[in-house]
Amino acid sequence: MSAFLSIDNVSRLFGPNLSTGEKIAAKLGGKVETRAVRAVSEVSLTVRKGETLGLVGESGCGKSTLGRLIAGILAPTSGTVLLDGAPVMLDGRKVTTRVQTVFQDPFASLDPRMKVGDTVSEGPIAYGLTTKADAKGYVANWFERVGLDPVWVDRYPHQFSGGQRQRVAIARALAMQPDVLICDEPVASLDVSIQAQIINLFLELTQDLNLTCVFISHDLSVIQHVSDRVAVMYLGRIVELGPVNQVFAASAHPYTDALFGSVPKLVIDADELVHFDTIEGEVPSPLSPPSGCYYHPRCPLATDICVATQPETQTVSDLRAVACHHFKTLMASYQ
Amino acid sequence: MSDLVLSVKDLATHFFTRAGVVKAVDGVSFDLVKGEIMGLVGESGSGKTVTGFSLLGLVDAPGRIVNGSVKLNGTELTTLPDADLRARRGREISMIFQDPIATLNPMLTISQQMRMAIDAHERLSKRAAEAQAAKLLTQVGIPSAAARLRGYPHEFSGGMRQRVAIAIALLHRPAVIIADEPTTALDVSIQAQILFQMRELAAEMGTAMVWISHDLAVVSSLASKLAVMYAGRIVEQGPTANLLRDPRHPYTAGLISSLPAMAKPGLPLHQIPGATPSLLSLPPGCPFAPRCERATKACDVAPDMTFANNRGWRCFHPVVEAKEAIA
Repeated sequence: MSAFLSIDNVSRLFGPNLSTGEKIAAKLGGKVETRAVRAVSEVSLTVRKGETLGLVGESGCGKSTLGRLIAGILAPTSGTVLLDGAPVMLDGRKVTTRVQTVFQDPFASLDPRMKVGDTVSEGPIAYGLTTKADAKGYVANWFERVGLDPVWVDRYPHQFSGGQRQRVAIARALAMQPDVLICDEPVASLDVSIQAQIINLFLELTQDLNLTCVFISHDLSVIQHVSDRVAVMYLGRIVELGPVNQVFAASAHPYTDALFGSVPKLVIDADELVHFDTIEGEVPSPLSPPSGCYYHPRCPLATDICVATQPETQTVSDLRAVACHHFKTLMASYQ
Repeated sequence: MSDLVLSVKDLATHFFTRAGVVKAVDGVSFDLVKGEIMGLVGESGSGKTVTGFSLLGLVDAPGRIVNGSVKLNGTELTTLPDADLRARRGREISMIFQDPIATLNPMLTISQQMRMAIDAHERLSKRAAEAQAAKLLTQVGIPSAAARLRGYPHEFSGGMRQRVAIAIALLHRPAVIIADEPTTALDVSIQAQILFQMRELAAEMGTAMVWISHDLAVVSSLASKLAVMYAGRIVEQGPTANLLRDPRHPYTAGLISSLPAMAKPGLPLHQIPGATPSLLSLPPGCPFAPRCERATKACDVAPDMTFANNRGWRCFHPVVEAKEAIA
């Protein structure tokens, strides 16, 4: 497997910025919050060229932070992100334009005081992909590709609907001619009928432009639809990784299994009300994660070893990996 | 039917804005019997939330109910004086909102807020009120309820806050609860817990519910019947599984087939062309006609609701039931 994008042992901590006084107070045993949130913890991943990797998990699991680390928007506390062998960041600065991002909320990610055409052309002009004189045609071309009428370039974001704004955001990302696209919940704020339009656009563009993609979503059905492989995150760690059809058919981690069980399914073939399984309890605070396996307080398979030791990532099959002491028990239960 | 608790007929709520009249709700009719859960589905701007607000008389100027009737246990609510309406809100009919951070007062403890809701309709000692509050918190699945009562909203997680809001809505065992997307802001694992509990509680207490949602999958696992809204009107209604299996209205059919779960992974999804129309400038006929592949000249006139076998649809060219087509 040739790695195009490789994420090597990346962690990111968010801690309080302590003043000198607070540091001294903490040393002397004063009541100062010194704990840091480990938003992303020792994550290693590779993504092949042209592949779409789905990143799924509940809020606070670190999927957006990981997306930002890959995009070079945030610097990792430790570890490296390499694109085609070259680092995405050097000395805390992003050094490539080959990774671009589409964010969740197109109301927040577009400058309300800038014409959408200028929003799309700003980056390409700054990096010499086009010139000020040619910008109009350059933008019009990208507008057409994402299904927007090029006569709209002089409009402002408020003149567009949510779906159209998301198209502008996609045009802005693609106009930089990236190799890698990070999509951070790009359809979460859209209505179902519009969501389908944007997903179709995404499928078409990634194929036509041979884009490598990291697609972040909490919606399992969207992930299943767009991804080749999926990584499931829980409290900053990847708990399961594998081809999307295999993971969805028979998950190796109890959390993945429970997550699938919680998703309401469209019931069309039963007149009876369905029963769905629920995961007990809630995601623990990342400030004080539980000992051993982070999932053990909610896990039906947990034993003493899960309380004591954090599970290593193990190979399930050729393309699949899982971080669970009891994955064999779970896999056996499917037979 | 003696079990009928809520009967809504031809409800219309319009907003008289400077830009024109916005017909947010325009002809909504449905009945609810004791313990029944109805899913009210639609996309943003379809009027589902305004419908919910209209039922409780919570529509503010420039909006008002211009037509129709809302009967709760036989009492007409739309013409009721404010004071009488207030006496019923929270006791006979209550509402759960989408965002529990916005609906709970951050400055008051959960106990204070719950006791306020109790005191509004009942005379109970502080002790008895607290006991009742604790009992309901336990019922909605909050562990060590007595201790958590002394907490403030910020000390609760999103899921727990929504449980508190649900407990407040249930305090007086109302006949009807309007739930406006109460699980939309929550994670799937928490959403599943709450959906499961709501279904049990409604059955146990005999509370009827209108569950407003944009998510067909959520309502399909919860509600026994559905009403689909588009541009202020109910375009299709009927028993949940039946309606989802054989949608009659092209909009419902399009909505169902545009779900990623309904398509083969990687292949293009079915998409409804265009976007929802502005409520300020609705087309004169069927509001879905400009996006509809079945539309003809006949659709220049707005269709009325056609009823057959417990189902209703507002369309001149309904999708034919799959089984009929084969036979």
